Amino acid sequence: MEEQVKNISTDEQQEYVINMGPQHPSTHGVLRLVVSLKGETVKSVQPHIGYIHRGIEKMCESITYPQIIHLTDRMDYLSAHINNEAVCLTVEKALQVEIPDRIKVIRTIMSELTRIQSHQLWWASFGMDLGGLTCFFYGLRDREKILDIFEETCGSRMIVSYNCPGGVMYDLHPNFQQKVKDFIKYFRKILPEYDQLLTGNVIFHERSKGIGKLSLEDAISYGVTGPSGRASGFSCDVRKHEPYSAYDKVQFKEILFTGGDTYFRYVARIQEMWESMNIIEQLIDNIPEGPYAVKMKPVIKLPEGEYYQRVETARGELGAYIISDGNKNPYRVKFRSPNFVNLSVLNHIAKGFKIADLVAIGGSLDLVIPDIDR
Amino acid sequence: MLLNMITANSLQLVSAPWWRVLYDFSSLTKSIDEGLNNTMGHFWTVVTEMIIIGVLILLFYAVIGLFLVYAERKVCAFMQNRLGPNRIGPFGIFQTIADLIKLLFVEMIPIKNADGFLFNLAPFIVIIAGFMALAAIPFANGLHAIDMNIGVLYVIAVSSMGVIGVLLAGWSSNNKYSLIGAIRSGAQIVSYELSVGLALITVVILAGSMQLSVIVEAQRDGWFIFKGHIPAFIAFVIYLIASTAETNRGPFDLAEAESELTAGYHTEYSGIKFAFFFLAEYMNMFIVASIAATVFLGGWMPFHVGPWDGFNHVMDFIPPFVWYIGKTFFVIWLMMWFKWTFPRLRIDQLLTLEWKYLLPINLVNVLIMAFIVLMGWHF
Amino acid sequence: MRSIINYLKEVYFGVKSLLVGMKVTGSYFFRPSTIVTQKYPNNRKDLVMFDRFKGEVIMPHNEKNEHKCTGCGICELNCPNGSIEIISKTITTEDGKKKKAIDKHIYRLGMCTFCALCVKTCPSNALAFGQKFEHAVFNRELLIKTLNKPGSQLMKGVE
Repeated sequence: MEEQVKNISTDEQQEYVINMGPQHPSTHGVLRLVVSLKGETVKSVQPHIGYIHRGIEKMCESITYPQIIHLTDRMDYLSAHINNEAVCLTVEKALQVEIPDRIKVIRTIMSELTRIQSHQLWWASFGMDLGGLTCFFYGLRDREKILDIFEETCGSRMIVSYNCPGGVMYDLHPNFQQKVKDFIKYFRKILPEYDQLLTGNVIFHERSKGIGKLSLEDAISYGVTGPSGRASGFSCDVRKHEPYSAYDKVQFKEILFTGGDTYFRYVARIQEMWESMNIIEQLIDNIPEGPYAVKMKPVIKLPEGEYYQRVETARGELGAYIISDGNKNPYRVKFRSPNFVNLSVLNHIAKGFKIADLVAIGGSLDLVIPDIDR
Repeated sequence: MLLNMITANSLQLVSAPWWRVLYDFSSLTKSIDEGLNNTMGHFWTVVTEMIIIGVLILLFYAVIGLFLVYAERKVCAFMQNRLGPNRIGPFGIFQTIADLIKLLFVEMIPIKNADGFLFNLAPFIVIIAGFMALAAIPFANGLHAIDMNIGVLYVIAVSSMGVIGVLLAGWSSNNKYSLIGAIRSGAQIVSYELSVGLALITVVILAGSMQLSVIVEAQRDGWFIFKGHIPAFIAFVIYLIASTAETNRGPFDLAEAESELTAGYHTEYSGIKFAFFFLAEYMNMFIVASIAATVFLGGWMPFHVGPWDGFNHVMDFIPPFVWYIGKTFFVIWLMMWFKWTFPRLRIDQLLTLEWKYLLPINLVNVLIMAFIVLMGWHF
Repeated sequence: MRSIINYLKEVYFGVKSLLVGMKVTGSYFFRPSTIVTQKYPNNRKDLVMFDRFKGEVIMPHNEKNEHKCTGCGICELNCPNGSIEIISKTITTEDGKKKKAIDKHIYRLGMCTFCALCVKTCPSNALAFGQKFEHAVFNRELLIKTLNKPGSQLMKGVE
């Protein structure tokens, strides 16, 4: 009896462990967070991943290079186009194909549109995480306009599969330029509304400022990239440091903040939407003439060797690493996915905050679960 | 007897115009009471009257609850650029009835290791608290179930009983999310009761009575929100905030906080028991809104501007019940507007808002109001 | 004193920011013209998909029930997840030669990921994307489709 009482009073016994997920409204997918609580305060968060593991990397070993692309769509489904681009760029790098400017510009515009729609969906779901349900509908309403542009040109809305080694699948639709211009005009008017609804709101400030602070040192040592890393002052924009496609031709500034808390991660993404619109505006009126795809061999075989290319997705740095043994199938494919790395920091920054803050921090890291598990 | 009590406080209508007499329900209730007294004994009269009133309130409860669910879905849809329910019936007005029928036939899932008795008791406590509060509300001139001389106090006391049901539901569900939700709700309601009470006391000072019918009557020549200068307005705003918190609605819906606790205290409930919680939430909203309408916006009293007799007579043509429902729905609409705009607060911020902001402002406000009343500066 | 002023300032700006937010939702409430909802099953008649929309893979036939598929099997090779299966047969042409021709072009819609590789790589442009998107069925078997119509033949001039 006495022993029992003793056991109960130990610290371990007093922990209140709840399983957030695999089915939970705030994990945006099948992520399971084992959260130890003391009262409402989070003592530790242990992410359990693998619920949506499909073995994409292994699957890539048995299919050809053009076929890999449609699998990468399914990793980070919100930046599907940029994922495609990572593989295409790696393959093109390996084959040393010269890519015409038109393709580069098309890819850049599409990437930036993808980035905007991803951030719109993030804004929508982040607002919902904080309890502002109206944000969700405004975000999705505006995202629909980009998806329509995608649908007209690529044939699909989200899982576009628009890139292929050596170019893109189809030429731009004749309406494309006009629609993109219309969208930018529209969204420049709507984006301040996002600020009025959420950014300026005093409740939002209270919920986000000082919550889940990630220092620059930690951001670098954990390898947190993307807007989450840049909010901590980690200059990690691949577009700026290792320009690919047409990013060396456009003027844009890397969004950097030093705050590193949930609020700055939020503001960094809002600012990125503005910057993405600037990039698109610079390119949309001068898309060079030319073919939309370089003629490639029917069976693409990469020369023996290892190839790596990184791109900046909406969530951070995506690296595609391909080892080829000279066959039409890769020997090994590895993706350095941003979400997997960004998730690793969750326990570090969520410790000591309330359970509601954990939801806000998780939302501000903008995790896409299929990208974590692959 | 019961209905006699109701009419005891009705106003003197000797010189009133005919429409005011027509809209006065006290003559109707009095004649029913007399008729019943003549046909049966005193005891059976009271029993019959109680049954009539009970059935009426039950019906009213169901109708208003269903309508409010529909209204909420429509209002939030319009605020979010959507259409909302639009399939069943014209503009989807039968949607909630279809939902209710579905909920009636849904399987009630038994919960392992749940405290069965408390688990089943909780929804009833929540819903009974709503019923009891409904009893004291003056719907129209002379349309009271019971007109107590401490009506305001009674409503505050009874409406806060719902939290017992919430706590029981959270505790007995044997679910960790439910328990967190229930404890949050407890902390929340205990603190926000204070603000609700103090905001109402501001008006009680102005009216000089706690009897709801007297409070309404005192607003014959102008609603308290106008009569009481700025303090009454501040009290109204504070009451709105605090009552939103008391009904567990967004941005204070921490007890159910969908993104954090899945559904909070009613996570484990299904079928009609869930419907009880759902209905009770809307009914509580209706009750706090009608208290706000009664105390600050004049209840069933038409909109009167002091000396404009012609204008006042035109306003008198609109039946008092319409005035009452209109005002109540306006307040409900305000509360829906809050819910669909703001993000949710965190539990410690919720308590900070109460103890650091609302309570001090409220106390100063009561003081100012008392001063104004003492000096006779109000209209 | 300063703390009191700061306190009042906090309250003022806090309330102001809330009102700004309420202005946004309130203004939408009173502008029903901004509603974007489509009444989907009711607007089926005038619902037009974009011409590149990838609804399903189809094999266009002309009015003489002829298609362009030669049964070469490139689409089957290129399909990343094996949704296409080609069953070929040998036929004798008019001039007496034996020739491989398509018997059945089996397309498993349930497995298809709409990567468009089959349509893109088809040497005779025999495949295309259809606009139909309402694919829900009660039986999985129904998602296995034969693209060439019964009795259809290879179009003249397509090799």
